[in-house]
Amino acid sequence: MNSLEEKINRARQEWQALNNGKTPIIYIGAATCGRAAGALEVLAAVRETLKQHRLRAHIVPVGCIGPCYLEPLMDVKRPGYPRICYGSVTPAKARRILESFLLEDDPLPELAVGHFGRDGDPALEGIPRFFDLPMLKPQVRVVLQNCGFIDPENIDHYLANDGYQGLLKAFSLGPEAVIEEVGEAGLRGRGGAGFPTARKWRICRQAPGEVKYLICNVSEGDPGAFMNRSLIEGDPHCVLEGMLIAAYAIGASHGYIYINSDYHLAIARLKKAKEQMEAYGLLGENILGSGFDFDLTIKEGAGAFVCGEETALIGSIEGRRGMPRSRPPFPAVSGLFGKPTVINNVETLGTLPNILRNGASWYRQFGVKGNYGTKTFSLVGSIRRGGLIEVPLGIKLRQIIFDIGGGSWKKFKGVQTGGPSGGCLSEEFLDLPVEYEAMAAAGSIMGSGGMIVLDEDTCPVDLALYFLHFTQKESCGKCVPCRVGTWHMVTILEKITRGQAVAEDLSQLQILAETVKRASLCGLGQTAPNPVLTTLRYFRSEYLAHIKEKFCAAAVCRELVEYSIDPEKCNGCQQCLEVCPTAAIKGARAEVHQIDQFRCIKCKACYEVCRYHPLAANAIVISSGRGVA
Amino acid sequence: MKSHEYDKIFSKFTGVEGDLIPLLIQIQERDGYISPEAIRRVARFLKISENQIYGVATFYPKFRFEEPGKKTIKVCMGTACHVRGGKFLAEAVGWHFGISIGQKTPDNRLDFQRATCLGCCTLGPVVQIDEKIHPRMMVTQLMQMLREHE
Repeated sequence: MNSLEEKINRARQEWQALNNGKTPIIYIGAATCGRAAGALEVLAAVRETLKQHRLRAHIVPVGCIGPCYLEPLMDVKRPGYPRICYGSVTPAKARRILESFLLEDDPLPELAVGHFGRDGDPALEGIPRFFDLPMLKPQVRVVLQNCGFIDPENIDHYLANDGYQGLLKAFSLGPEAVIEEVGEAGLRGRGGAGFPTARKWRICRQAPGEVKYLICNVSEGDPGAFMNRSLIEGDPHCVLEGMLIAAYAIGASHGYIYINSDYHLAIARLKKAKEQMEAYGLLGENILGSGFDFDLTIKEGAGAFVCGEETALIGSIEGRRGMPRSRPPFPAVSGLFGKPTVINNVETLGTLPNILRNGASWYRQFGVKGNYGTKTFSLVGSIRRGGLIEVPLGIKLRQIIFDIGGGSWKKFKGVQTGGPSGGCLSEEFLDLPVEYEAMAAAGSIMGSGGMIVLDEDTCPVDLALYFLHFTQKESCGKCVPCRVGTWHMVTILEKITRGQAVAEDLSQLQILAETVKRASLCGLGQTAPNPVLTTLRYFRSEYLAHIKEKFCAAAVCRELVEYSIDPEKCNGCQQCLEVCPTAAIKGARAEVHQIDQFRCIKCKACYEVCRYHPLAANAIVISSGRGVA
Repeated sequence: MKSHEYDKIFSKFTGVEGDLIPLLIQIQERDGYISPEAIRRVARFLKISENQIYGVATFYPKFRFEEPGKKTIKVCMGTACHVRGGKFLAEAVGWHFGISIGQKTPDNRLDFQRATCLGCCTLGPVVQIDEKIHPRMMVTQLMQMLREHE
C-alpha cells in the first residue's frame, strides 16, 4: 500500500512540476481521429520547429478531447498563460503558432479555439474559454474527464489525477458495499440495454463456484460509433481501474478485454497500460495487500457485429464461432468456460472509478430519476460540430443536436441512434429526453452511443437498406427468422429503392419486420428490424413516394435520380467532360453541355467538379422527378 | 511464411482452443491471409481438426484465404461515411478497376476492401490506402489519387 502512495505522491509532484514549470507544453490530439486528420504530420512539424529555433518544450500526445471536427488539435501551454487550444492545425499552421507564441509572445487569438484558463484573463483577449464553447458548455465530463488532458501512455499522469483512488476506496469498503454503492448510484449498462450493473454483479457474486470471470466488451461493432475506442485511446487506465473494481465486487480473479483487432492504437495502449499496472503492483496476486488477486488477458477478436451479444462474445473468446445461444442460463450464472461471468461495456467500467471515488450521491446529481449519470455519444453524420461528447442522461435530443452539434448543414431530417439495432427518429422527437425507456418507447434504443444526424440529403429508405444489409451480412445464421427474414427485408427494400415495388410490398415488409423482431433468438435479430420499423413509422410518406411516384426526395436512390445540366448556369468550362468516366457529357467550350442519360452511370464525379472547381458554375443538378423512372 | 516464423508465433500461445482466433489474427497480420499451410500448422499445434478451424475462420469476415494484392484500398462503409456519400467512393474504385469489394486486380497490384468503421467518423467519407487514412474524400479526388498510385 505504501509503495503506491509513494508513487502517487511522486506522480503528483511531477504533474505539478510539468504544469507549473518553465518549459512550455505542447499537447497534440493523437488518437485515431487526430491521426486520420494528420496529427502525426503536425507532430513532426512541431519537433522540427522546436529544433530549428532551439526551443525546449514537452510534447504530450493526448487522446480525443471531443471536437473531432476540428482535428488535428494542438494545444500550447507556456508559462504565464493557460493552455490554449488550436484547431484544424496543419504543419504550416503549427509552425506559425509556435513561432509566434513561443518566440514573440503572441498567442494568435484569431487561430485559437479556446483557452483553459479563468474567465476574463486580459492576456487572452479574443479567445473564448474552451469549456464555454457552445459545443462544450452543455456537456458534463465524467468518464471523459481525463481524455485530452493526460498522456494515456503514462500511468503517473493518471495517478496524479486521482487515479486508482476509486480502487483504494473499493478495497476499504469491501465487495458487498461496492455493489451496494454502485446500485445506489443507479448505474446502468452503457452498452445499450441499460440493465442495472449492480444487479448483474449480485447475480454473479451469488452464483456458486470459486472461479468467476469479468469481461470488458470493446467489440464495438456498431459502424459510426467510436466512443469506446476513443476512451481507451485517451484514458486506458480508467477502464482498467474500473475492471479491478468490478472484478473485486463480483469476486472474479481473471478478466478478459475482448477488443476488435482493428483497434491497433487502443490495443497498443492497453498492453502498455497493463505492463505499467504490473510494475506498480496493480495486477497479480494480493493487489496492494488487499488479498485480492486479479489477472488480465487482452483478447483480440475478429470483429463480428454479433460478438457484441454476450453469449456470442463468450463463444468467440473460447475460440469458437461467435454464435449466440438461448438464455437462460445467463452468463452471470454460466458463462465463459461454464463459469459465472460478468460482461460489462467499456463505458460502464470507465465510470466506476468516479462513482467509487466521489460516492453514489455525487453521481446521482447527473441525469434524472431512473437514468442517473452521463453517457458518451459519437455525434456524427450531417452535423456542423461532430465529435465525441458526454452528456447527462435526460438531456433533450434537441440540445445535443442543435446546441452541442450546431445543427445539420442542410434542413434537419432526423437522427439515428443505436446503430443497426436502433431506429431513426424524425424531427418531432427532438424534445425526446435521452433516457433508456423513452428511447425504447419511441422505437429506437439508447445503444452504445452512435448518434448519426440526417439532413434532407439522406434518404430514410436507403438508410434502412444500408442497416439491413449490414445486419443481414452479420447475422450468424443460427436461427431462421434472422437469417432468412433479414435477407427478404433487404430484397424488398432494394425493390423500393429501385422503384420496382408495389404497395403490397410495404405491408409485407411490416409483417416481416415484426416477425423477425419477435421470433429471433438473440439481440441482433430482435433489434435488426428497428431501422425498418422506425423509418416505416416516421418516414412513411417517403416510402410511399418511392413506390407510387418513383420519387426519392433526397435524390440518393440511384435508379430514381437523373443528372442534368442547368442551361442557365452552365458556362461551358468542359471540366466535367474530363472527369466523366463514360464520356457521357458532350459540349463545346463556352457552350451549354449535355448529359447522355444512356451513358451516364451516376458516379457523381461531374457533380463534384461542377460544384467545387473554380472555373465551374455549379450547373449540374441531381434530381428525382416525380414519376420519372 | 517459413517454419521457424510459425514457431515464433506459436511460442506466444499455450495451445488451448481459445488461442485459435488470436493465432489466426497474428498469422493474417503477418501474411495478409491464411494459407492452407497455416491452417495445417495451426491444426497440429492446437490439436483440433482443420475442418474446425475453417468452420471458425470463415465465420468471421475479417479472415481471408487468398493472397491479398500489394496495395490495399479500404473504403469505409460506416454509417457516418454512408450518410456523407461513401457509397460513391466504393463504386468509383469498382468501375475504375473493374473489380468489386473483396476482390483484387488481376495483376495483383491492388486489393479492394471495405472497412466497417475506421473510427474517424467526423472526417467522413474516408478511404484508407495502405496505412494512410484520407479524410473528406470526393470521387474526383479519389480518382486522381488512384491514377497517381498506378
